[in-house]
Amino acid sequence: MDVLIEPLGYAFFTKGLLVATLSGALLGLIGVYIVLRGMSYIGHGLSHSIFGGFAAVQLFAAQFYILGAGLWGIASALAINAVSRRSRVGADAAIGVITTASFALGVALFSKFGTSGPAFDNALFGSILGISTEQIIGLAVVSALTVAFVLVRYRALLFTTFDPQVAEVSGVNVRRLEAALMVVLSLAILATLTVIGVTLVAAMLVIPAVVARMLTDSFSKMLVISTVVGAASGLIGMYASYFAGVPSGTMIVLVGAAVFLVVLALTGGRGLRKTAGLDHHPEMVTAATR
Amino acid sequence: MSHDATSLGSDVLVSLEGVRAGYDHHVVLSDVDFRVHARDFTGIVGPSGAGKTTLLRLLLGTLEPMQGATMHAKGARVAYVPQLETVDWNFPITVEECVLMSRPQRRWLPRTTPSERRAVAEVLERLGIAGVAHRHIRDLSGGQQQRMFLARALLREPELLLLDEPTSGVDVSTRHDMLHLLGDLNADGLAIILTTHDLNGMAAHLPHLVCVNHRIVGEGSPEQVLTPSVLEQTFGARMEVLEHLGMRVVVDEARVMRAVGDE
Repeated sequence: MDVLIEPLGYAFFTKGLLVATLSGALLGLIGVYIVLRGMSYIGHGLSHSIFGGFAAVQLFAAQFYILGAGLWGIASALAINAVSRRSRVGADAAIGVITTASFALGVALFSKFGTSGPAFDNALFGSILGISTEQIIGLAVVSALTVAFVLVRYRALLFTTFDPQVAEVSGVNVRRLEAALMVVLSLAILATLTVIGVTLVAAMLVIPAVVARMLTDSFSKMLVISTVVGAASGLIGMYASYFAGVPSGTMIVLVGAAVFLVVLALTGGRGLRKTAGLDHHPEMVTAATR
Repeated sequence: MSHDATSLGSDVLVSLEGVRAGYDHHVVLSDVDFRVHARDFTGIVGPSGAGKTTLLRLLLGTLEPMQGATMHAKGARVAYVPQLETVDWNFPITVEECVLMSRPQRRWLPRTTPSERRAVAEVLERLGIAGVAHRHIRDLSGGQQQRMFLARALLREPELLLLDEPTSGVDVSTRHDMLHLLGDLNADGLAIILTTHDLNGMAAHLPHLVCVNHRIVGEGSPEQVLTPSVLEQTFGARMEVLEHLGMRVVVDEARVMRAVGDE
C-alpha cells in the first residue's frame, strides 16, 4: 500500500494522476461514438493534425496556447468532417494527406525551433511532467462540456450514429450534430494531448470502447463501461509509468491493451463477434453518395 | 426549390412539378410530375438504377431537385423505413431503444418516461412483435427487423409513410404479412408509398402503381400499367402479362425462354 501512496507525496504526480484518469474517462466516453461510427481512423488523423497547430502555437505564441491550438483543432475537425462526407473523392486519401502534412509541419517546427528533445517526445508519447493548473482546468471544462453534450443530445446522437439517413428525415439536423461531435472530439484530443501523446490518443479512443462493446449489448451500458475502463487505464497506467520510468501515454495504452486481452480471454469469440461491423458502415457511404 | 405550400389541394401531401434530379450533375430522373394524396397506397416499380430511390428521396425532402419544384404540405409528418441492409445490425441497442430514437428528446436527461414506454409497447403490440422489446436487434428475424423499423416510423405518427424495398430478402409469408399490415395502416388513413422490384408478389397487389425508368413511364392501377407496352418501356425487355383469378401476373419472356432452353 505504501508503494501506491508514496508517489502521491509529489505534487506533479497527483496532478498527473488526476489528468490521466480524467483523460482516460473522457476519451473512453467519446470513443464510443467514434468507434460505433467506424471513425477510429478520423480520431487518429485528427490528433496528428492537431499536433501541427499545437507545435506552432507553443513555439511562437505560447500565451495564446489554448485559444490557438483550440481553433486549429476545431478547423481540422470541421475540414475532416467536410471531406469525409464526400466519400467518393477518396476521403481516406484526403484525410491522410491533410493530417500527415499537418503532423509533418509540427515535427519540422519542433526540430527547427524547439528548445530540446524532451518537449518533442512528450508531445508524441505523453508526459507526466509540466502539467499546469490551466491544463487541468481546461480538461475539466472540456469533460463537463462533453458530458453535457452526450446527455442533452443523447437520442439525436444515438440516432445519427445508428441510422443517419432516417435521423435526418425524422427532424434531426445530422450535419450540425456531426460537426458538433467533431468539435467536441477535437477539444477532447487537445485537452488530453500532453498526458497521452499525439501518437497514442487514438488508441485510448478505441480500446475502452471496444472492450465495452465486448461486454455489453446495451448502448447506455457501453457508455458507462467505456468511461470506467478509460479512467482505470489512465489511473493504473500513470502509476506504471511512474515506476517504470517511461512516457505516461505508452503505459496508459499498454494497460488498456492488457484489459482488452483479459476481456477477450473471458468472453472469448462471443465478445469478439460483437465487435464485428465496428469498422464498416455501409450507411456512411450510402448517405454521402446517394 | 422547396416550399411549404398552402396552395396545394387540401388532400395533397407532396407535389413534384417538372422535377429533374440526380447526384453531382449526373441526372437520374427528369420531367417528373407527381402528386401524393392523403390515403394513397402506391408502389414505385422499375429496374435497378432507374431512379426509384431518387424519387423516394425527393418525396422525403432529403434530395433537392436540380430543376423544378417540390412542395410539402405544411405540418405533414413524413416517416421513412429504409432497406434493412443500410444499418449495422451489430449496433449495441435493444428493439425498444431503436424504436424510441424517433421520439424527440426534450429533457435534459435521456431517461425513458413511462408514457414513452407505453407508446413503444402499443406500437410493437400492433405490429405483432410485442415480445421482443428488450431483445438485441441482431436477434430478430428479417421480418421482425422490418417491423421494428416500421414501429420506429409509426411512433412519429406520420401522415405519409415511405418504404424502400420493404419486402426484399424476406420469405413469402413475411411478404404477405407485411402487405396486409400496410393495407390495414392505409385503411386507417395513412398514405403509403413504397418501392419494389417484385411485380407479382408486391406491385400487382397494390391499388396504384408508378413505373419509373429515368422518367415516369406510366401511372395508374395494376390493370392500367401492368401491360406489355408499359413494362417494356420500364424494364427494356418484353414481358408477357397473364390474368389469373382477376390478378395480373407478369412473365419475363427472357426467363421463360431460358427455362425452356434448359429442358
